[in-house]
Amino acid sequence: MDWNTIFVTTVKASIGLETVVYALAAIGINIQFGYAGLLNFGQAAFLGVAAYGMAVTVATFHLPFWLGILIGLAATIVLAFLLGIPTLRLRADYLAIVTIAAAEIVRLVFRSVKFSSVFGGSDGRQNFSGDFFAMNPYSPGTYGIGPISFNERVTWVLTVGWVLIAITCGLVYLLMKSPWGRVLKAIREDEDAVRSLGKNVFSYKMQALVLGGVVGCLGGFLFALGQASVQPDLFSTEFTFYAYTIVILGGAARVFSPVVGAALFWVLLVFVGNTLSEAVSAGLLPSLFTVNNIGAVRFMLVGLGLMLLLIFRPQGIFGDKREIALDAR
Amino acid sequence: MRRAVIAFTAFLGGLVFLLSSPAWADGEALKGTLQNQGQPVNGVKISVAGEDGNPVGDATTGADGKWEVPVPKAGKYKVTLDQSTLPKDVGLKFQNRATLDVQVYEGSERNVLFALAPAGKQGEGAAQTSDSSSFWDRVAQLTFEGFNLGLIIALAAMGLSLVFGTTGLTNFAHGELLTFGAMCAYFFNVVIGLPLIVAAVISVVIGGAFGYSQDRFFWGVLRRRGSSLVAMMIISIGLALFLRYVFLFFFGGEGASFADYNAQPGIQVGPISAAPKNFIAMGIELAVLIVVGLALLKTRVGKAARAVADNPALAASSGINVDGVIRIIWTVGGAVASLAGVMLGLSQNVSYQMGFQILLLVFAGVTLGGLGTAFGALVGSIVVGLFIQLSTVVVPTELKTVGALLVLILVMLFRPQGILGRRERIG
Repeated sequence: MDWNTIFVTTVKASIGLETVVYALAAIGINIQFGYAGLLNFGQAAFLGVAAYGMAVTVATFHLPFWLGILIGLAATIVLAFLLGIPTLRLRADYLAIVTIAAAEIVRLVFRSVKFSSVFGGSDGRQNFSGDFFAMNPYSPGTYGIGPISFNERVTWVLTVGWVLIAITCGLVYLLMKSPWGRVLKAIREDEDAVRSLGKNVFSYKMQALVLGGVVGCLGGFLFALGQASVQPDLFSTEFTFYAYTIVILGGAARVFSPVVGAALFWVLLVFVGNTLSEAVSAGLLPSLFTVNNIGAVRFMLVGLGLMLLLIFRPQGIFGDKREIALDAR
Repeated sequence: MRRAVIAFTAFLGGLVFLLSSPAWADGEALKGTLQNQGQPVNGVKISVAGEDGNPVGDATTGADGKWEVPVPKAGKYKVTLDQSTLPKDVGLKFQNRATLDVQVYEGSERNVLFALAPAGKQGEGAAQTSDSSSFWDRVAQLTFEGFNLGLIIALAAMGLSLVFGTTGLTNFAHGELLTFGAMCAYFFNVVIGLPLIVAAVISVVIGGAFGYSQDRFFWGVLRRRGSSLVAMMIISIGLALFLRYVFLFFFGGEGASFADYNAQPGIQVGPISAAPKNFIAMGIELAVLIVVGLALLKTRVGKAARAVADNPALAASSGINVDGVIRIIWTVGGAVASLAGVMLGLSQNVSYQMGFQILLLVFAGVTLGGLGTAFGALVGSIVVGLFIQLSTVVVPTELKTVGALLVLILVMLFRPQGILGRRERIG
């Protein structure tokens, strides 16, 4: 058992690219689900259209990087309107089914052979991150403490990512303290009461959906840039489910809980995954476990964890039980 | 230090690889078994080319008549059988079908069937190709396939819709009931070696037991604890994830087919050509749906189930044992879903993601028909199945699911209560 490698990769996972991406996606879900009570199961699609919007603009049409970011943002907002207009007047589970269907539509279109000249089929798109890394202020080398260090490219991506997380967390904090945020929470608690006070509930829900989508799409940009490529299957529905697990693990309707949740989720996932695979190769586990199927075990644990959390501690680590939007409407 | 960086990059790459669903990352292939009157035909050359005509690879059938050509990714391929390599006494059944256009789906191996016949006995039926008749032939064929898919969806939708109607649970783990059924049948058929029909019966029984125990030991307990519906919906997602990866753990990421009825030569009924197993499967599906439908209409339990679905409180006050009815619905729903899984495994492949992949179509069928209604689910599912297959006349086959999901969204926009649903259900 190589405990040293396990330790290093686990610590790195706590601030790594996955944590950043999932934290941003989870902050978006927290705005939608935690504060507004909207069950958006299509967050992967929001990240997907943003990442592809940027990647396709730059890689397929050879347009500038910043225009790509703008197009990615615009695509996210359009998607939010397309999803929101038919479903926000309906009950929570309808929104859930429609958003999950939309996410699959987006993924299938991205990976289709028909549109592969634009989206690149199942291989996705590469060669669009040059302008982003040209802005890298770090000179070549590694940055970090001892073995826990990253090269200049990863450091640059992580710096941008954590700055974005800090900004969005600040924004969420201020918004939720504002009258706008209080209306949002009131909608989560009792939509009809808010409507009787003369507020346009539909409009508030739509704003929450758009805002959550835009925060998530920042994660989509970083996911694409951090790997210097986009593939359709990165944005599968399981991405959304993991992001929900993160929100519920941290505790819904708390500003920092998605960030803590994301770090904890990845630390646990990486630690369990590495420990199990080390144990398999060291021959410590029954022969039922092999190198090939051991990867499935940690995702079993994700499912199990999600169930147990909701059954025994739906408020997560930091949440307040009274603030969890778990009543069907 | 550099090694650490490389290790970390490799690690990140590995994570991404894991996240992007292992089954899709590999395994697309074309394969088949060449048989003439039940005997394998070996030494036949089969070549595969991409849509643009570039060769992808070729293979020669082995002693068991099997051949396989891995392809780089999902898409359309042209498969050509080299007729000069066929034995003298064997010929293609349809001379104009030496080259087939086939679609390979993500992560699945596609079976390609070349129908062979003793030389001199080839049919001339398919030889004439006039454009108008081939279009209507295609429509008829697709309608048939649409019914086939629609009936499978309907079997799955019945349980999902009744569970929703009686308990309000939007069960995202319902697809895993299908996978469970298919896996059970696979276990008894391939691992133990029982005939598929026996294996299917056992799997339906186990599926019913699985449904029963899910309600007895899990959902029923949660209902009594007073868990809210949204919490239960997310719990069902957790359960779905858990079960899916349990299936992956024991079954592996590759798709596999049952041991029986694999490469059945197609038979021609009017304009429709299909393997006999498809006709029999459809017959069984129809029979089961009719029996369940009649049971809902005529029996005491069925009437009670519809009463509970309509208004649980009122049903309870008129003396119906609501919990008992719900348990029966879960049992029957689990059994029928198992059957749907076996049928799905028979017409496609058994894989750990099969249930999840069809779940959205089941949701589409259920919402189209009206959430919570049993017969609405039936009608909606068949419409969805037909729509998916018939849409391939105009849209590429790989995007046929997209059409169905778009319809789901449009239904939400214009008639959220579905075809047979009532307004008050949508809240």
